[in-house]
Amino acid sequence: MCMFAAVFLTPTPRRHYVAPRFHGHEGFAMADRRLPDDDEALSRRLHQLGTRIGEAGVKRKQDEQEMREQETKSQSRSSNMARGFQLSSEFVAGILVGGFVGWVIDRFAGSTPWGLIVCLLLGFAAGTLNVMRSAGVAAQQGDGWKKD
Amino acid sequence: MDPIHQFNISKIYILGHFGGHEIAITNSALFMFAAVFVIIGGMLFATVSGALVPNRAQSVVETTYEFVAGMVRQSAGESGMKFFPLVFALFSFILVLNMFGMIPGLFAVTSHLVITVFLAAVVFLTVIIYGFWHNGFRFFKLFVPSGVPIYILPLIVAIEVLSFFSRPISHSVRLFANVLAGHITLKVFAGFVALLGGIGIAGWIGAILPLALTVALTALELLVAFLQAYVFAILTCIYLNDAIHPGH
Repeated sequence: MCMFAAVFLTPTPRRHYVAPRFHGHEGFAMADRRLPDDDEALSRRLHQLGTRIGEAGVKRKQDEQEMREQETKSQSRSSNMARGFQLSSEFVAGILVGGFVGWVIDRFAGSTPWGLIVCLLLGFAAGTLNVMRSAGVAAQQGDGWKKD
Repeated sequence: MDPIHQFNISKIYILGHFGGHEIAITNSALFMFAAVFVIIGGMLFATVSGALVPNRAQSVVETTYEFVAGMVRQSAGESGMKFFPLVFALFSFILVLNMFGMIPGLFAVTSHLVITVFLAAVVFLTVIIYGFWHNGFRFFKLFVPSGVPIYILPLIVAIEVLSFFSRPISHSVRLFANVLAGHITLKVFAGFVALLGGIGIAGWIGAILPLALTVALTALELLVAFLQAYVFAILTCIYLNDAIHPGH
């Protein structure tokens, strides 16, 4: 009685589903005594499922990649101003620091105007280096001088 | 109509005097308190249930945590996670302040150089102090790139030192300039709409273009508000990485 209820309550069988056969009241030993056509159907279904999962996975990966490409494209377009700010602030910062250091050296060593001139030039170099690092053209600080 | 007027600091409550200086709660300070309140209150409110399957608010907080933790791990390595509280505090503070600035009528705190310089100085001093405490004199290897001929080494070291000291300036100016320029641009274009609208029918037609631009700029500024908080946080991670492993 209980077994009947279980069979009735299972969802509608799919196309390749072969209904289990019952032999008397030996229901529990069914798995061991499966008929050959049962095995065949099962392996066929397994194979189909495998190919379908594979196809879905490939498609999903393609979709993800397309989405990522679009995202980076839109991001790079909309943040051009931010990038401009970034690079210009890097350059200006180098010069400002160079000029300030030179001014301080001159003030305490009394070497006006040589400290300012030399440090301003070094500041230009540092600013250019900052811009190159920020743009990814040169290696980061501490990574060695040459990129790779 | 004055596009700079929105950045005025006004005193709300005067606390007292300290050494001839007035100590007052300004609108800037008020919004910083509000940001801290929103961050802490929001975090506590969202995570108080501690559900295994998070609701909407909790998943927002968890996503933010994962986002910042991923950023720290990627740029500063696993040993950089000891600085996670600093990076997370900076990121959430700047993000919330920027977003406050995007609400019309509210004050944009990060449009003031003092605030951003202070935030950048915190990062800069952390890098220097932790760098020396953790590495000792090996920290100076940061300024001496490997594989440089000895005769140009003094020049290179001078340039590297200047480059290092220019970091807090570019770090702070970037955030400040982006927020300031964005808000001024928005205000100027919105001002065009009002000016043209005052002319008459022809002006109304002419006002469509600046109005459309204002809408588009608002969207762009929202992106910039997030992007600048992200950039500030990720640069913090990169600088901290130098303090943790200088010279690699």
